[in-house]
Amino acid sequence: MALTKADMAERLFDELGLNKREAKELVELFFEEVREALEGSYNVKLSGFGNFTLRDKTQRPGRNPKTGEEIPISARRVVTFRPGQKLKQRVEAYAGSQQQ
Amino acid sequence: MADDSELRSMMKSELIELMARKQNHLAYKDVELAVKSLLEQMSESLATGERIEIRGFGSFSLHFRPPRAGRNPKTGDSVSLPGKYVPHFKPGKELRERVTHSIQKSE
Repeated sequence: MALTKADMAERLFDELGLNKREAKELVELFFEEVREALEGSYNVKLSGFGNFTLRDKTQRPGRNPKTGEEIPISARRVVTFRPGQKLKQRVEAYAGSQQQ
Repeated sequence: MADDSELRSMMKSELIELMARKQNHLAYKDVELAVKSLLEQMSESLATGERIEIRGFGSFSLHFRPPRAGRNPKTGDSVSLPGKYVPHFKPGKELRERVTHSIQKSE
């Protein structure tokens, strides 16, 4: 089981009284805005949840694992997520109940 | 690893503002409540050990950190730290591709 966009839209419909189309659009829009911000060189800070942070990696040597041929891994930008304090605490609380 | 300091940040309130402008049939307040609900749903899901899967964006899951011996920094006494779970995000293909190449555009 995993939480999906459909589950989230369903709950917006139940909780906020948005119609199903609006709920679905808002869920799409939310993730699209975060992607656009990251694509536009913004770190995204969602207080209480966490921060999506961009990191620039320089070019480094790589290898094709099948042929052993050397190919450089080009410079790129990657997204990392750092959970906020509140989310970390909530998740740790879950861990506590799991370990007997 | 390059310095990230020149990057700007977008806060939750600015994100809500942008969304509200694109959804002008909905009041700002509704968009704000929706975003709060989405983040709460995601937090709740992870807090109960359930993964989150958003195609094109990424997935969130829990990673286990095993118990380890730590030290009280004040007294130097060793203490055993219990194992714990931490949230982990793996970017999806679309997000990865859009961000990977944005570095060239931003320079």
